[in-house]
Amino acid sequence: MAERSEEVKLLGMWASPFSRRVEIALTLKGVPYEFSEQDIANKSPLLLQSNPVHKMIPVLLHNGKPISESLVILEYIDETWQNNPILPQDPYDRAIARFWARFVDEQLMEKELVGKDFLGGESLGFVDIVATLVAFWLMRTEEVVGVKVVPVEMFPEIHRWVKNLLDIDVIKKCIPPEDEHLNYIRARMDSLKLKSV
Amino acid sequence: MADEVILLDYWPSMFGMRTRVALEEKNIKFDYREQDLFNKSPILLEMNPVHKKIPVLIHNGKPVCESLIQVEYIDETWPGGNSFLPSDPYQRAQPKFWGDFIDKKVYGPTRLIWGAKGEEQEAGTKEFIEMLKMLESELGDKTYFGDETFGYVDIAMIGFYCWFDVLEKCGNFSIEAECPKLIAWAKRCMKRESVAKSLPDSDKITKFVPELKKKIGIE
Repeated sequence: MAERSEEVKLLGMWASPFSRRVEIALTLKGVPYEFSEQDIANKSPLLLQSNPVHKMIPVLLHNGKPISESLVILEYIDETWQNNPILPQDPYDRAIARFWARFVDEQLMEKELVGKDFLGGESLGFVDIVATLVAFWLMRTEEVVGVKVVPVEMFPEIHRWVKNLLDIDVIKKCIPPEDEHLNYIRARMDSLKLKSV
Repeated sequence: MADEVILLDYWPSMFGMRTRVALEEKNIKFDYREQDLFNKSPILLEMNPVHKKIPVLIHNGKPVCESLIQVEYIDETWPGGNSFLPSDPYQRAQPKFWGDFIDKKVYGPTRLIWGAKGEEQEAGTKEFIEMLKMLESELGDKTYFGDETFGYVDIAMIGFYCWFDVLEKCGNFSIEAECPKLIAWAKRCMKRESVAKSLPDSDKITKFVPELKKKIGIE
């Protein structure tokens, strides 16, 4: 039964994976929330007031109190609503999960991908080529590591981009075959004493 | 079974200092191993294959990378004594936000101050001061960022203090003039044994920077 005093509001953007990941976490935990689509080109007073430092989405407002930075928000959600945990319990596993989450953030070129089919615009370009390895490596690594760092629900733009890439003959020819690649990653992880599934 | 804790580090790194301070705060015995970043050791490459960077914390053979992740790991693994983060979720989110801020906004400008010249250096200096002022405003009149408790944000920021002298010289500005409360905070932190043990003297850093510039090929 929802408490009348609970008020959860998310200042976000439909196209932002950073915003989507917060929505997934809230949905996973069954937390009712109000989504407020923000216009970054014309920032609302509420956004500016809630995140004066970065003036960016996503911002979670829980009973009026703001939390900014998507990974910080995710941890806040996990600690506040403890059903369906997002982070593992063991400190080492948590450290690994946090490491990969940060890695994904650094690799994510979210602004570039929103609204475009390819990072280069209408067609495959330099950045797409450079980033391809990252995307495939990431997704295959997640199979091995067992942690979904780039799940489709959270990163629809990345998955759409990958799908576009897969349709291109050149890419299909150049990606390492899946089985071999997965075995390679597993072998590396084992030799590096990293946990693999 | 005794814990084996190894820290792969580089003495001038303000990030490595965070982990040193955290370990000292918890009285954890660790094996400090100085790394040569220009000639990376097999253990460094093995333990941090993704970034090949220090610091790397190795606990019973398992590596933890990224300094703030290490600080949180240390807090969670050795929960006794001084806790670096509050227990309330909302209060925990604030220090995490500021730790992220320091990483994203404070570090970058410092590289421009000591590493660049002219307009670039000036821009770096201006940005750095702006970011320090935001931090100072967050500190307010508290003893530490953690209020009465030396905590996560204090640990995240204090390593920059030994770099202040060289940054001031390079950028030709005074941090104390711009952010007196921050300097007062730093001096309070320096009185803590964990911090005094973990930070090198400012003049060592000041002598080191020109050597570093030569090594990486900046005049």
